[in-house]
Amino acid sequence: MNFGMLADSRFWLPDDFSEHGGRIDTLINSVHWFMAALFVGWGIFFVYCMVKFRQRPGHTANYTPVKAKVSKYLEVGIVVFEAFLLLYFSIPAWADYRNIPEPKEGADERFEVRVVAQQYAWNIHYPGPDREFGPCRPELVDETTNPVGLDLADPAAADDFVSINNFYMPVNREVFVRLSSKDVIHSFSMAKLRVKQDVIPGMETPIWFKAIKEGETDITCAQLCGLGHYRMKGRAFIVSQQAFDDWFAKASVVEEFDEDDFDD
Amino acid sequence: MSGDHHPELSFWRKYIFSIDHKVIGVQYAVTALVFLMVGFSLIMIMRYQMAYPGQSIPVLGNLLGSDESAYIAADGSMLPEGYNAFGAMHGTIMIFLGVVPLAVGGFGNYVMPLQIGAPDMSFPRLNMASYWVFFVGGVIMLASFFVTGGSANSGWTSYPPLSDIANEGGHYFWNGQTMWLLGMVFLITSSLLGSINFIVTIIHLRAPGLTFFRLPFFVWAQFITAFLLLLAFPPLEAAGVLQLMDRLFDTSFFMPSGLIVGGQILDQYSGGGNPLLWQHLFWFLAHPEVYVLILPAMGIVGDVIANNIRKPLWGYNTLVYSSIFLGFMSFVVWAHHMFITGMGTTLSAFFAATTMIISVPSVIILTCFLISLWGGAIRYTVPMLFALSFLPMFAIGGLTGLPLGLPASDIFLHDTYYVIGHFHYVVAPGTVMALFAGIYYWFPKVTGRSMSKTLGLLHFWPSFICMNAVFMPMFFVGLAGVSRRLWSQEEYELGALTMGWVRMSSWGAWGLGVAQIPFIINFFISIRGKKVDQNPWQATTLEWAAPSPPPHGNFEVTPVVHRGPYEYSVPGHKNDFSPQHISEA
Repeated sequence: MNFGMLADSRFWLPDDFSEHGGRIDTLINSVHWFMAALFVGWGIFFVYCMVKFRQRPGHTANYTPVKAKVSKYLEVGIVVFEAFLLLYFSIPAWADYRNIPEPKEGADERFEVRVVAQQYAWNIHYPGPDREFGPCRPELVDETTNPVGLDLADPAAADDFVSINNFYMPVNREVFVRLSSKDVIHSFSMAKLRVKQDVIPGMETPIWFKAIKEGETDITCAQLCGLGHYRMKGRAFIVSQQAFDDWFAKASVVEEFDEDDFDD
Repeated sequence: MSGDHHPELSFWRKYIFSIDHKVIGVQYAVTALVFLMVGFSLIMIMRYQMAYPGQSIPVLGNLLGSDESAYIAADGSMLPEGYNAFGAMHGTIMIFLGVVPLAVGGFGNYVMPLQIGAPDMSFPRLNMASYWVFFVGGVIMLASFFVTGGSANSGWTSYPPLSDIANEGGHYFWNGQTMWLLGMVFLITSSLLGSINFIVTIIHLRAPGLTFFRLPFFVWAQFITAFLLLLAFPPLEAAGVLQLMDRLFDTSFFMPSGLIVGGQILDQYSGGGNPLLWQHLFWFLAHPEVYVLILPAMGIVGDVIANNIRKPLWGYNTLVYSSIFLGFMSFVVWAHHMFITGMGTTLSAFFAATTMIISVPSVIILTCFLISLWGGAIRYTVPMLFALSFLPMFAIGGLTGLPLGLPASDIFLHDTYYVIGHFHYVVAPGTVMALFAGIYYWFPKVTGRSMSKTLGLLHFWPSFICMNAVFMPMFFVGLAGVSRRLWSQEEYELGALTMGWVRMSSWGAWGLGVAQIPFIINFFISIRGKKVDQNPWQATTLEWAAPSPPPHGNFEVTPVVHRGPYEYSVPGHKNDFSPQHISEA
């Protein structure tokens, strides 16, 4: 039995690079403290009863039910605390996560990408310096040269480029992602950015977040999407604005395409 | 009816195509136990791949296939195809062919009519039909492993479009996913037939004096479960038929326009469908389904605890009302499985609120059981150990539902191993332990013999420890952010960091497998074991008023009920138990 890695194993949440993640982590931690308190409380009562009221000579059961007010207080306490968690933590955090804010900077300044999921890769579609996405059409999709089906005849598409599985983003900027899928349901998950969103074919789902620390995190598919589900892996790079601009300038053509990332 | 002389039946009518609820109950239970073992074996094999990705599976590896058509394993190590197929079938088999048939078909069929003092179910032929329809569904599911392309592999949830296009390489009809859908149609039909029978029987065939509030808690649990089966399963049956249409006739109920799979536009579908429709229909079944799994378990636990604390359950009425409320609420929480699909604030707030509300009756039920222990004289019999272990295990399972039911924390935890840990704590260390309690408790009624206590203890303690070794680490893997259903998580940064936990789970699972050996031995040798009298546990409910094993027609004389179900240690009575059917105690 080799548990050698147990020593390095994590017990709790990974690092958080996002602005909104702190609230999620606080909620997760508060719920767990609450759960632990309840469980320990119940556990002490449970073990005490099991010992004290075990069958033994000279001890008989008491037919009369015990008058226990404590259970009513406990119930009310649980309801109040759950309501507090829901109303104070969860609903506001969810609303801020889900509702896409109006652009503060000019609309043409905002950092926006499309992420097109497919079996088994993430196509990160950048709009190019014009900040306008070229139109995409299913019939134009070519898995080796044009994975998102860009209509290159359209002027807006001319400077667009697609990065396969590597998602570069600048730190300290609001990132807007428009998610869509070419084939089946995927789920766009970046644990260290506390982002997870199902990608449903047939609809475009907008999400947003803001990374406040530089770093890297895996992009994982969190929804079973087929045989290659386990290798639908990307990497998100949160870099300084300067580093991002350098990368952006170089990546103006469709990146080299890795056939291994696709269907088998 | 009762007391009538029954003519001797042929072997076939008596044991195979029987209309006796007890034979049908045993058929259900034995079939379900076999399926539980099959479903558990699948995961024991998968857990090798999870713990040691890509390495060849000892002993079994080469048996699982090495020729070209094999999809499960190659060169002794598990393929992603096999992993997904086993994963989908593990869930399907455990839930639809194992736990539900054992909890409802097995215990419900056998015990419920006895507990209400009935000679049989209201519709005995319907009862037989429900077993055989279930059996056919099970055979179809198992047969799907052996068709070209293998069994269904899109998860037990079968989300389209993946499931709509799954098993493409196989036969037009006899392929894994189509057979899965067909099997589900049979299984749901079986549940429907059974549920109607249960409801009618409980309403109509209660013995004289057995009012609703004198019913054992187990009967209440079965009654509510039957309503859930009746009302929740038809939507999935409908959804299953729609998905069959998509697969067989290229309709587009769940297929949106413009899908491109592997570079090819799927132009056989007209499109315009919505994959989320399936999720709504599926979870509209599958959340009440959770309570179908848990309520009968609570029923068993209630009966076993009352019998072994030698005093009435605390808050019987509260237990009943909470269970009814739980049943109602279970129909309005389904979309908490779908927060991450892109749900807006209002809708998610609604489903989060209902989810928080449903935790209240669960907590009340648990509290009633816990407070019942106070002032008891607890007998540590084997069924009692299993029933007691249900309480903390269900508590963990229930509590860990909270962060999943709150949408904001669900963003991080959704579809991670945390979810797997959570629902397994409810179903495996929770429900399955309760089902074992039921087996040990009612075995003397079914066979007239008792099971060995020593082997029972050898079964209980290792199982209890291993269950926790399997499922507790999953919370840590999930909190680290590792996604579920990965053939190998080692390539992921956070996945690699949690491999120790994964290995612990795997070793726990294999240990749990070994821990079932004493049970299997016990089960078979006890069939010829020590004879016991009609009421070996000194219990109060009506099933113990019938001979062990009860004859066809159950009771010599129809019992008349004089009191509530759990009248133990009544002051002034000469025994510490006052059976429901005995007028003066």
